[in-house]
Amino acid sequence: MNAIEVNNLTKEFGKFTAVDNVNFNVKQGEIFGFLGANGAGKSTTIRMLIGILEPTSGDALVSGYSIKNQSDLVKKNIGYMSQKFSLYNDLTVVENIRFFAGIYGLDGKKYEERKKWVLKVANLENMENVITSSLPGGIKQRLALGTAVIHEPKIVFLDEPTSGVDPISRRNFWDLINELSDGGTTVLVTTHYLDEAEFCNDIILINAGKLIAQGNSTELKSNYIKNPILEIESDRVVDSLEILEKEKWVGETSIFGNYIHVILNDSTINEQHIYQLLQEKNGIAVKRVEKITPTLEDVFIHLIEKDSKKNVQ
Amino acid sequence: MFNRIFAIAKKEMRQLKRDMRMLFIVFFFPVVLLAIFGYAINFDVHHIKIAVYDQDRSEYTRDYVSGLISSEYFDLVTYIDNDDQIKKLLDEKIVQVVVVFPKDLSRKLLSKQEVKIQFLVDGVDGTSANVIQNYVNAATFSYSLQLTKEYLAVTGKQFYVPIDLQPRFWFNPDLQSTRFLIPGLMGMILIITAVISISLSIVREKERGTIEQINVSPLSSIEFILGKTIPYIVISLINATIVLLAGYILFDIVIKGNILLLLFGTFAFLFAALSLGVFISTISDSQQVAFQAANVTSLLPSLILSGFIFPIESMPVAIQILTNITPAKFYIVILRAILLRGAGISAFWDQLIYLGIFGIFFIALATVVDKKSKNK
Repeated sequence: MNAIEVNNLTKEFGKFTAVDNVNFNVKQGEIFGFLGANGAGKSTTIRMLIGILEPTSGDALVSGYSIKNQSDLVKKNIGYMSQKFSLYNDLTVVENIRFFAGIYGLDGKKYEERKKWVLKVANLENMENVITSSLPGGIKQRLALGTAVIHEPKIVFLDEPTSGVDPISRRNFWDLINELSDGGTTVLVTTHYLDEAEFCNDIILINAGKLIAQGNSTELKSNYIKNPILEIESDRVVDSLEILEKEKWVGETSIFGNYIHVILNDSTINEQHIYQLLQEKNGIAVKRVEKITPTLEDVFIHLIEKDSKKNVQ
Repeated sequence: MFNRIFAIAKKEMRQLKRDMRMLFIVFFFPVVLLAIFGYAINFDVHHIKIAVYDQDRSEYTRDYVSGLISSEYFDLVTYIDNDDQIKKLLDEKIVQVVVVFPKDLSRKLLSKQEVKIQFLVDGVDGTSANVIQNYVNAATFSYSLQLTKEYLAVTGKQFYVPIDLQPRFWFNPDLQSTRFLIPGLMGMILIITAVISISLSIVREKERGTIEQINVSPLSSIEFILGKTIPYIVISLINATIVLLAGYILFDIVIKGNILLLLFGTFAFLFAALSLGVFISTISDSQQVAFQAANVTSLLPSLILSGFIFPIESMPVAIQILTNITPAKFYIVILRAILLRGAGISAFWDQLIYLGIFGIFFIALATVVDKKSKNK
């Protein structure tokens, strides 16, 4: 059984279509990555799935309940944490925990047990009476996640939970997400960090409200880019890029630090051609040319550029 | 359901406890208002400073002056003996009134001629000048009557007055303005704790994004609003008690009517005021906007349009219609009826209905606006 089933979900704001006929399924217990640029429609989709925004058409089943007609039941079975930090800054840690436990109707022994759990995962044992505003960002984020799942929901939605958090805290936060997933919780997470997408069992990518790719990370890398990719390391990155882009057999290019990734249109082209073009014709020292398997970033840049070109036409 | 409402109420109390600015608005503001309206703003004119220019220096003038200053309305500052001093005393505001007795006053009285006494009043403050004129008229009339009686007694005739006017002021026999102001003050203070604080407290959740977490929870809007309002209802009742106690201790105002009716009326008023506050919170996105909106729709009207100070009957018709935007208008009628007249529910049942309609109207409007904004 699927934890979430999305069918032809559409949301229009006046003439603007924010989410355009989107379909996907999320399996029970998996970590599901929801990717897309800012304004692509990620948050709008999530807001519909958690029952606070009505779809214009289409529907979705969350934990078996329709978001259109049973949003009250949906809300009882999910947890949600948004990019906007949503704890009460002027309350202490334990007061926040008590409040969220209270609105989900936890009391007595159950409350004590969950409070202990939240304090443990947020690393705040013995710090219950600290005012929340004085906590560092990473800890706050973990506390927010802890309180968002205090009622042990089967499904949890995380809307860019790690934006603006340092890399170590991000890592710790993902440990917590994995822990939830191991316990059987389904996690739907939006992000624009592609390294985080690698942790997901399944991924979808949306652009301008439309779903443009889905699959796990291996599938995405092999299904969506058929042409070979070369990674080039040279002295003068920008000059090399300009020269390469003039060639017919070069499909797309992108810069990754000191490297250039080139997607080839013509599979007969090999490393030797690159050395000839850059080093012998233009006198640019080429340190290394290597055929690589695409990264998720290659795939997404490729897909989004392709989709955007299509939209322009 | 009650657990959830209680959880919200407890959270609200904890936040309030730490919010100095809000505590100031909720508790200190009423005390300041009470002091201002109780003591500083006083429409009664007492202890008017008076100077006497007595050119006659007779028994008559002494009697007349002692009659004036025996009341608490006039305080004799000085006797003067020339015209120049009159101007100086009035100019420098040393006195507000100068009485001038003519030289031949006693001679004229004895020869049964009409006598003129001059009162020079500082007319800058029109209201006070008016009141002074009334006091002087009354004092002069009664002294004149006394002289007539004495004269007739000498001639052996019976004194007869065809009409004896005896005004009595019910419910406020001494016409003290504080008696009249306290009910309005209560309305205004409760408006502050109800409309302003509830709208600010809801908008703050919007501003900080915490409302999102509430929206995703199974908490219904009604539970949320009830939970939010309970602390402010308690605070409002505490404030109302403080005002009533202060009214009793400082200004001698006892509750003449039924205290349960008073409580019931106060609840009806709080319902109306809180629903206005909730409505304001749905149309505002920041605390600043909410504060301004609450000010314009509740605080100012409760001062100017509620009948608190200016009688509604004497306003132009268009303004009279506008007075309905403040629930304080209806509450003040109820309060004056219960506090000052000791009247029963028959005297103000219509006001309770107005408050009910007012409350339902704004809650309904808030629900509609809220639904619309949620799908944007």
